[in-house]
Amino acid sequence: MESEYKLLGGAMVTLALATATLVVLPYMQLADVPPSEGLEPYTSQQLRGREVYIKNGCVYCHTQQPRAQAQAPDFKRGWGRAPVAGDYFYDKPHLLGTMRTGPDLLNIGARQPSADWHLGHLYQPRAYTPGSNMPSYPFLFDIKEKAESGDKVVALPPEYAPVGEQVVAKPEALDLVAYLLALDRTYPVNPLPDGTK
Amino acid sequence: MNTLTILLLTFILSVTGLFVFVWSLRKNLFDDNPSAANVIFSEGEIGTIEEPAATAQQHKALQHAVDATHAPIADVSRDARMRLELADRIEADRSTAYVTFVFLACAVAWLILASVAGLISSIKLHEPDFLAQYAWLTFGRIRTLHLNSVAYGWAPMAAFGIAIWTLPRLLKTPLMGARFALLGAMLWNAALIAGLGSIAVGISDGLEWLEIPWQIDVLFVIGGALIGLPMVFTLQNRKVQHLYVSIWYMGAALFWFPILFLIGNIPGLHFGVEQATMNWWFGHNVLGLFYTPVALATVYYFLPKIIGRPIQSYNLSLLGFWALAFFYGQVGGHHLIGGPVPAWLVTLSIVQSVMMVVPVLAFSVNQHMTMRHHFKTLIYSPTLRFIVLGGMMYTLSSVQGSMEALRSVNTVTHFTHFTVAHAHLGLYAFFSLVMFGAIYFVMPRVMSWEWPYPRLIALHFWLVVLGFGIYFVGLTIGGWLQGVAMLDASRSFMESVQLTMPYLQSRSVGGALMTLGHLVFAVHFGAMALRYGPKRVGPALFHKPVTAGAALAEA
Repeated sequence: MESEYKLLGGAMVTLALATATLVVLPYMQLADVPPSEGLEPYTSQQLRGREVYIKNGCVYCHTQQPRAQAQAPDFKRGWGRAPVAGDYFYDKPHLLGTMRTGPDLLNIGARQPSADWHLGHLYQPRAYTPGSNMPSYPFLFDIKEKAESGDKVVALPPEYAPVGEQVVAKPEALDLVAYLLALDRTYPVNPLPDGTK
Repeated sequence: MNTLTILLLTFILSVTGLFVFVWSLRKNLFDDNPSAANVIFSEGEIGTIEEPAATAQQHKALQHAVDATHAPIADVSRDARMRLELADRIEADRSTAYVTFVFLACAVAWLILASVAGLISSIKLHEPDFLAQYAWLTFGRIRTLHLNSVAYGWAPMAAFGIAIWTLPRLLKTPLMGARFALLGAMLWNAALIAGLGSIAVGISDGLEWLEIPWQIDVLFVIGGALIGLPMVFTLQNRKVQHLYVSIWYMGAALFWFPILFLIGNIPGLHFGVEQATMNWWFGHNVLGLFYTPVALATVYYFLPKIIGRPIQSYNLSLLGFWALAFFYGQVGGHHLIGGPVPAWLVTLSIVQSVMMVVPVLAFSVNQHMTMRHHFKTLIYSPTLRFIVLGGMMYTLSSVQGSMEALRSVNTVTHFTHFTVAHAHLGLYAFFSLVMFGAIYFVMPRVMSWEWPYPRLIALHFWLVVLGFGIYFVGLTIGGWLQGVAMLDASRSFMESVQLTMPYLQSRSVGGALMTLGHLVFAVHFGAMALRYGPKRVGPALFHKPVTAGAALAEA
């Protein structure tokens, strides 16, 4: 090849094809998908919690996309039905994830609705799930000699609680738990007729 | 799509393919060695090795290994013409020395940071309370710091450095507008420091591979454009008619990347599931349309150069280029198999992932045929060892990637550490090894100085090869078992976590060895920059004048 213009022309055409198939067509196909019936917009506290989720990179170990029953036993594990595009209507940015070092979280709010469990689990995962390799998040909590009024004290199994002191959830921890509890897509949906899952 | 449409499309594709094949035969595209493959050599240079990283002894043995198969013919007048052309090359090398050094030094610094961050993340996966009290060191952030300092630090800095050094040589003209590249490098590194700082304090766009806030991305775009300018200027001032295949790969990559980066980072445009498809269009194309082509270009230049022999089939390399350009761009959807995305998109990506076998085979066959009868050179050339092994790992990682895209395999490997091992096979064992080799070749020319401690090159090589071997084998087995356990509803999820523990520990061991290898490399690089060790005997070692082979032995 002796012309750089032909080279670049060709290179741009192939990239345009890739962009058309993986970005533009999905954009056109999905732009008008309405939110699933039964899906509530996030509250501002839940959105703040979502930011905490992003900030600490929860997405690198947890997916939010249970697989269909034909493919994997996700449903049997209690992770929920296969989601549809409308289930993610309010998700900006998307947090589908690519790793399951930990379990799928799309329906964690339905599966584990106890805020106290979540707070304790964030403070020390191994207090609730022996053998877990999830990081503990001590920086989302304060250790106080005595909790003040309005403080959310974290109830911990005695062997994991600091001696003579109390663990108090910081606002970030409360926001994060609010978001986790909002993760509930257990309402029924109908798959779209055009084969979109 | 119904069956009839698919059958019809297959028929049309096959017939088109047949016509292309007949046409290529008529055009003699499958002949060996058209003259285009020789443009990287000056007249009469074929058969002469070039390996600046080798010691005088290795150099002699290397030339001997090549002579054993292709003895050059002595011709005094041709040698004189050759010297003139070599003067051009020295000129080209001189024009790039400073810029290349800046890029490569940055690359090495980011490599060390990335290795340390990677090692900490790896340890955290089996020691979850290790350094847990610091927010910026939590797994989700330090892992991201690792990825970003590789993806926007080590990899592009090395790639730009090598491209800037190679292009003037290929175009037989000095580098034009080097100061733009320097300014670009400053902006780029400033952006990266700001970006990593943001991630550390928790400011992130939240998309894998695109975490750095878009406000900072603007700096990357400006910096990248400035780095690209000298290459465009140099291309316009070229003294060669034919553009060698390395220029294709590098040139295309340097234009592809900014477009990917720009579209991926437009704020407020992407939404929900569509954002996920864009995310993997970007994530996979950074690998496929930026790092991969630059590394392939590097192999296509340095490998023939070192053994003094043009690549076996030039046209095969061109076929490889267009096939890569066409298929690689559309494979990203295989990251979303089983996800809530349009089914046609996933199917398309699986098909194109499998089609990637075509460019990969084109490259692998070519590399093997070029190296045939010359494998002995690997003993003597430190550069070649990295580059040839890297090239082989390209074949391995790509074939593995095609397999992983198949639904049946993907169902097991998706969401597991198997994928992490695969990603490192591509970006580390292929891309990074090739870059190491190229840096060993380039630096003696850049500094006019020899590598002070040749044994450290061997040490670096064996540390990273051994370390990566442990890393890859352990994580691949662990990841597969993890995937199998996750698919078995009778086993608890925690079982899939616990069984990976020994493999995650082995990954930390392998990663520690790799990090150690990088430290050796960085120390050696620093020693050279500070001018320890013997001075290079200038251009005299550039190649062996055929008539004065003995003189070299003394040099």
